Amino acid sequence: MKKNKKNTIVVFTGVMFVILFAIAATVYNDKKNSDINNSFLEKSEHLQRDYSPRKGPRHAKVTIVEFFDPACGTCSAFHPFVKQLMKDNRGKVNLVMRYLPLHSGSDVVVSILEAARLQNRFWQTLERAYKRRDAWIVNHTAKPEMFWRQLGGLGLDLERLKIDMQSPDIAKRIQQDLADAKELQVRKTPGFFVNGKPLINFGDKQLKKLVESEVKENYP
Amino acid sequence: MTQETKKTATQRGWILIFLCWLIAMAALFGSLFMSEVMGLKPCLLCWYQRIFIYPLAILFLVAMFSLDRSVIRYTLPLAIIGWGFAVYHHLLYVGFIPESLQPCGEDLSCAEINLELMGFITIPMLSIFSYSVIIILLLVFRRGFIHEEK
Repeated sequence: MKKNKKNTIVVFTGVMFVILFAIAATVYNDKKNSDINNSFLEKSEHLQRDYSPRKGPRHAKVTIVEFFDPACGTCSAFHPFVKQLMKDNRGKVNLVMRYLPLHSGSDVVVSILEAARLQNRFWQTLERAYKRRDAWIVNHTAKPEMFWRQLGGLGLDLERLKIDMQSPDIAKRIQQDLADAKELQVRKTPGFFVNGKPLINFGDKQLKKLVESEVKENYP
Repeated sequence: MTQETKKTATQRGWILIFLCWLIAMAALFGSLFMSEVMGLKPCLLCWYQRIFIYPLAILFLVAMFSLDRSVIRYTLPLAIIGWGFAVYHHLLYVGFIPESLQPCGEDLSCAEINLELMGFITIPMLSIFSYSVIIILLLVFRRGFIHEEK
């Protein structure tokens, strides 16, 4: 075999691998998208629960559902982006937060958030959690007692918070959110749904596109 | 040995290494497909098997131009170690090694079977298959090619 011929064979094979990979990925994703879109129509009750924290006007026709973990770095990085999306489409988009505490210790932080919510300080506490991530997340493990020390200046009644966060209702909500996430096959955070449509290919541009297409559809 | 037989031997050797490269490439793209497209998170043992197959895709490619007769020296060890991890993983799958002995921490279990092609082909089986074929091809390469050199 001539050297040239070998070159051709190897280059051709390498290119074929890349092309095959791309084709297989497209086919697989298309199939998954259509499967997911069909199955989600039957699962809409898992998407939103009455108890979930919410932001934005209730009458807004576009709803973003975000499954999040306070200890998740990507959730923290996405938070300002989601807020900006809501600002850019003022009055048309609202946001529902669902809990998916995947990091160990993170569920306790979620109960702190829920207890803070009883004092109308949910969003402030969440922002604080995101802002001071380094102060309470050690080696991908949430340290609730360290987070506790970051709560100053938020106007929280910490004594009450301590009692409230033990409430069985909060534990039940977390369990329900985890169960819903499982049902909806959300395995990573943040997991986004816009008007029930999952964000399949993760990314800020993709989320923006999905939100904008829903806004366009609902506010022609 | 005549010039002609030597040339055929080199050609045969080249084809063997080319086949090895094909398998390593299939394993590389296949595993990336499963983790990046299908979203199956690789567990610790999967990572070890990846560590030993990914460089093979590059080493075999380099060894083909022009055919490096000593390719076996630096690829066979990688293939054998990778094979060991694959067999270990398979034994974990079938339950021969108890789960408590497995090295995977966190929530990602190495014993949890999350893909079965045609109902019974698991990822470790594919891995054992790839490593085994590479090892066999390399041994054939050594027998058929290097001995003829003498």
